[in-house]
Amino acid sequence: MNAPNKSGWKPEMQIAESGFLGGPVTSTGNRGLMLEEPLLFEIGRADVTGVDLPGIDPQAPTRLGGLARSEAIGLVGLTEPETVRHYTRLSRQNYGIDLGFFPLGSCTMKHNPRLNEKMARLPGFADIHPLQPVSTVQGALEVMNELAHWLITLTGMHGVAMSPKAGAHGELCGMLCIRAALEARGDTRDVVLVPESAHGTNPATAAFAGFRVEDIPATPEGRVDVAALKARLGPDVAAVMITNPNTCGLFERDFREMADAVHAAGGFVYCDGANFNAIVGKVRPGDLGVDAMHINLHKTFSTPHGGGGPGSGPVVLSEALAPFGPMPFTARDGNGVVHLVEEESAAEFGHTEAFGRMTAFHGQMGMFTRALTYILSHGADGLKQVAEDAVLNANYILRSMEDILHAPFGASGPCMHEALFGDKDFTNGLSTLDVAKGLIDEGYHPMTVYFPLVVHGAMLVEPTETESKAAIDQFIAAFRGVVERALEGDEALKQAPYYSPRRRLDETGAARKPKLAFEG
Amino acid sequence: MPRYYTDEHEWIDVEDDVATVGITEYAQGQLGDIVFVELPEVGAMIEQGKDAAVVESVKAASDVYAPITGEVTETNAALEEDPSLVNSSPEDAGWFFRMTIAAPAELDKLMDEDAYKAFVEDL
Repeated sequence: MNAPNKSGWKPEMQIAESGFLGGPVTSTGNRGLMLEEPLLFEIGRADVTGVDLPGIDPQAPTRLGGLARSEAIGLVGLTEPETVRHYTRLSRQNYGIDLGFFPLGSCTMKHNPRLNEKMARLPGFADIHPLQPVSTVQGALEVMNELAHWLITLTGMHGVAMSPKAGAHGELCGMLCIRAALEARGDTRDVVLVPESAHGTNPATAAFAGFRVEDIPATPEGRVDVAALKARLGPDVAAVMITNPNTCGLFERDFREMADAVHAAGGFVYCDGANFNAIVGKVRPGDLGVDAMHINLHKTFSTPHGGGGPGSGPVVLSEALAPFGPMPFTARDGNGVVHLVEEESAAEFGHTEAFGRMTAFHGQMGMFTRALTYILSHGADGLKQVAEDAVLNANYILRSMEDILHAPFGASGPCMHEALFGDKDFTNGLSTLDVAKGLIDEGYHPMTVYFPLVVHGAMLVEPTETESKAAIDQFIAAFRGVVERALEGDEALKQAPYYSPRRRLDETGAARKPKLAFEG
Repeated sequence: MPRYYTDEHEWIDVEDDVATVGITEYAQGQLGDIVFVELPEVGAMIEQGKDAAVVESVKAASDVYAPITGEVTETNAALEEDPSLVNSSPEDAGWFFRMTIAAPAELDKLMDEDAYKAFVEDL
């Protein structure tokens, strides 16, 4: 099964030369039952297929005309067991939240409760089509409507656009609502202020939505410089985009004051809600003066996103912005029937100012079902405890590390759901990257590195509420061990990781000269 | 030929009425391996302190700011093929672009080599 790896993409492991822990070198490159895995192109053959298709009658008429393929495409085929084994083996080399602690800051990699999965797989939610008659999908629409209700309730807002597919998509939706509101009142203001402590997607979103972006500096303690923000406000400022809690892991205490000043100057307040996990059940953004905020269901409400998706980014809207929210959305009529409000029914539901739509259909149904399950199974008390435990865990890590690891905002008070460190005191040229790689050898997914940019060699650790004290203590012991090696200048750390399926990858080479196609 | 520095770690050489701009040795060291450089269009007007180019490393993407105001007259095509020149020769072969000098007085606000050295040591 394990054909020689002709691509030359071999594990560069010292143990391949010296044997593993002094054991013999194997001829296959496998280590016990941990299997080395070739590429699909190396395993497959052009004359193999996993399915038994009926033969094609060469006389059969084709409707492809000149587009019919005239020669073989040359793709390899595999048997079904070969395919299953390939992906199962790769999955054994992967790391995920179901294997262990995943402290990736700003990503909220929390446990995905299995109850959510059970609900999402019910055929009435999983096996429906977006174009089915509304009367046949009342259960699914009820889920959307109820989730919308709870998102509005938890945030203290007026309306919600459910369709955006992820955080940055939600940001764009919120900024387009602001644009529509400005246009509706004939206002041409076009500057969006973004503080340094905001998420990197914020300025990109504002620029994409056609605004001009200006920075607002941070204070030395890691929060928005309120005086600088107020000084910049004026008739050209359309909105500010503030991340709260911010990327330094701090709560913006002066949010209400900033929001009032922005409103007084005629602007709108966008809040990046990616870090809502730290305040859910404790703070309602509507009370802080927010006009639009996206919620990452895949972070705060535990829908899985380990492989880069699927996200879901509903946007809650203030009374001023709700009329401009995109279609479609759900609404219940006097008879208790839930409708999908679309272009043809917008007037009937009094929603005639929508800026358009963000997606063809309704949004991520599977994520809606999981998020609602999470909300209902936790209840109000449970959601509040989620925020409390996430914040407690992060502070425990912050205070357990700051005696040996530079914590730039350690003196700014308690952190929220993530602890931020810098590489200031490492010696012998060792950097944050080396610590991240060293943690892989210890069996941990690294934290977020080199973000936020305001901290040199940033390390952003987010334990979430998932982990027990025992699990966090184990992580702290491993993290301290690696950090101590970096402080002492341990040369060996520059070569880490040693024990992963692949050694340190050539990230520079991959970016400068990527190989994007298989070369036989 | 006089060389000036900005507090955003750009350098600028002035020869007659043409200036050459790049990023400093310190800047390339902080950025790490550079994998992509986005240069301005020839003919573009750029304004002191505003975005002029983008440099992307394995760690982050960063803006390069115009040290002075002027018109871009030439860009370093070699960087598009081989961005690693910015790492290996930041203050020579890894230059970014050449520009006119619209307001020579703007140069007075920049640092000379000694002042920049002292500035970097304080970081």
